[in-house]
Amino acid sequence: MSAPAAASDSAGAARSGPARPAPSRRRWTDNPHLWFWVFVGPFFLGLAIFVLIPIGWSIWLSFYNAHNTVTPTEFVGFDNYRAMLGDPAFRSSLVTFVVFAAFIVPTTFVISLGLAVLLEATSWGRAFFRSVFFLPVACSYVVAALIWRHGIFTGISSGLANTVLGWVGLDPVPWLSVVHPPWYWLVITTVRLWLQVGFYMVLFLAALQRIPRHLYEAAALDGATGWKAFRYITFPQLRTTSTAVLMLLLVNAFQAFDEFYNILATPGGYPPYARPPLIYLYNIALGSVQDFGNGSAGAVILTLLIAVFALVQGKLTGLGRSES
Amino acid sequence: MSSVGVGQGDRRAAKVARGIVLVLLTIAFLIPFYLLVRDALSTDQQINNVNGWTWFPSNPQWHNLIDAFNDPSAPLGRSMLNSLFIAVTQTVGVLVISGMAGYGLARIRVRYASAVFYVVLATLLIPAAVTFVPSFVMVSTLGWVSTLRGLIVPGLFQALATFLFRQYFLGFPKELEEAAQIDGAGPWRTFWRIVVPNSWSFVAAIATITFIGSWNAFLWPLVIGQDQNSWTVQITLSTYATAQSINLHGMFMAALISMVPLLLMFLFLQRWIVAGVEQTGINE
Repeated sequence: MSAPAAASDSAGAARSGPARPAPSRRRWTDNPHLWFWVFVGPFFLGLAIFVLIPIGWSIWLSFYNAHNTVTPTEFVGFDNYRAMLGDPAFRSSLVTFVVFAAFIVPTTFVISLGLAVLLEATSWGRAFFRSVFFLPVACSYVVAALIWRHGIFTGISSGLANTVLGWVGLDPVPWLSVVHPPWYWLVITTVRLWLQVGFYMVLFLAALQRIPRHLYEAAALDGATGWKAFRYITFPQLRTTSTAVLMLLLVNAFQAFDEFYNILATPGGYPPYARPPLIYLYNIALGSVQDFGNGSAGAVILTLLIAVFALVQGKLTGLGRSES
Repeated sequence: MSSVGVGQGDRRAAKVARGIVLVLLTIAFLIPFYLLVRDALSTDQQINNVNGWTWFPSNPQWHNLIDAFNDPSAPLGRSMLNSLFIAVTQTVGVLVISGMAGYGLARIRVRYASAVFYVVLATLLIPAAVTFVPSFVMVSTLGWVSTLRGLIVPGLFQALATFLFRQYFLGFPKELEEAAQIDGAGPWRTFWRIVVPNSWSFVAAIATITFIGSWNAFLWPLVIGQDQNSWTVQITLSTYATAQSINLHGMFMAALISMVPLLLMFLFLQRWIVAGVEQTGINE
């Protein structure tokens, strides 16, 4: 870092020397405060109005009885928080998230890393296969959800999954309308896998290409190839990327909404099972009763939870130390 | 990777095995797209054929394409235009707003610059989706529910994009800017005439992923687009999926049409999309 700093210092000295009488009003060093706000001001103002103030407002609302109003007057202390934490539906939405994340995070991680390693080892048609696995990134959760719901996992015998079951002599399965066994998990998780493994595969591919080749050559001399090379060279070298991917996967699982809503919601409403936190929050704050007090309390609890998750994972993996 | 101690035959076998796995995976990954196209060109009877599987309709229903735009309960044309307008304005807006903010944070040394930067970092930790309740409260207070303003403006201030631009500009060669300043250019002109024109590939990467995110967004448009005129294309598709009686061929055709802009992007701009995805991963 010292070399560029020194270079800019000497450049600064050269500029302020008597040889160059540049018009001083044009240099930002003369009025850095003005220029800082010219550049950062629009963003910061918008962030304040649409993110920071709403969060503050929401915290305030969470201490009031706010049915159908955003300017309530009845202070209720921690009653909303007590109501949310005491609500079995809210707690079960947290359980749903844990179950969902416990499956989707490691599975997506392993498959996308596997695809990247597979592609990296392939000399033939790599660009084509990469495009194929990456293509679902162009698909929205809504489109994918309706292909899964009305094309693949329809409960009737003409859906793709049940047709394949029929070919091997099995009875059709009502994928989305039974709770025992919970087949809907298969539908929900496969749609997310299909949509996002290509995204993370690209991250791993980029990281694989940054690994110095000579590490493998040195290891090969010691007899470490194949699985050993992966275990002792590739995987440790991918540490930063793996951490980032795990974090992104966790946050994305926490925000799950689109595919749950579009696969499970019916004209009669959302079923009482498989409600992730955001679906629950949506029903509370924007359903038939607009309860902004409880809804805000729920949002605050969820925000704290994800922040704690992020910080703990950051501490555990030493994230942010390499940053800045 | 390496072949020390591995025989010629083993290597060929591994190569063949890899090839088979890749081809099988390719088929599995393409099946949903195949179903989408098949069902979009079928009648509902062909889709729900009780007499066996139809691989492809022998008489493709091309008129489904026209019909998809004429369903009064699912305004596809209007919602596609809404989505296009929203995605374009949000992309341009995010590039300008976050690009400027990122540059300011990277280059201008004022006492509170790091404090502002930590606020940006803190908002990165809070997923936007979790704050939809407070954001809705704000937008409804402004009277922006069911308006394009309400759909667009809150999405213009992306902490992630600002963060990525800051990281990028930290690595931008200072010499170019200093040369411009010696020629008498102020910060404004230096940024727009020197820095931006030399950053197109980074701008393109951020632009493509912003556009895709905006086009595919669902939760916020669902919350704000309560009136049919303000529906985005994803909301229109969603009403198909959750309707009382489902118009299958119409739904699949609409879904296929909704993907056209992004498929075109993938065809011509995939390089930049990949670069954009790599950026979002590297920062964390």
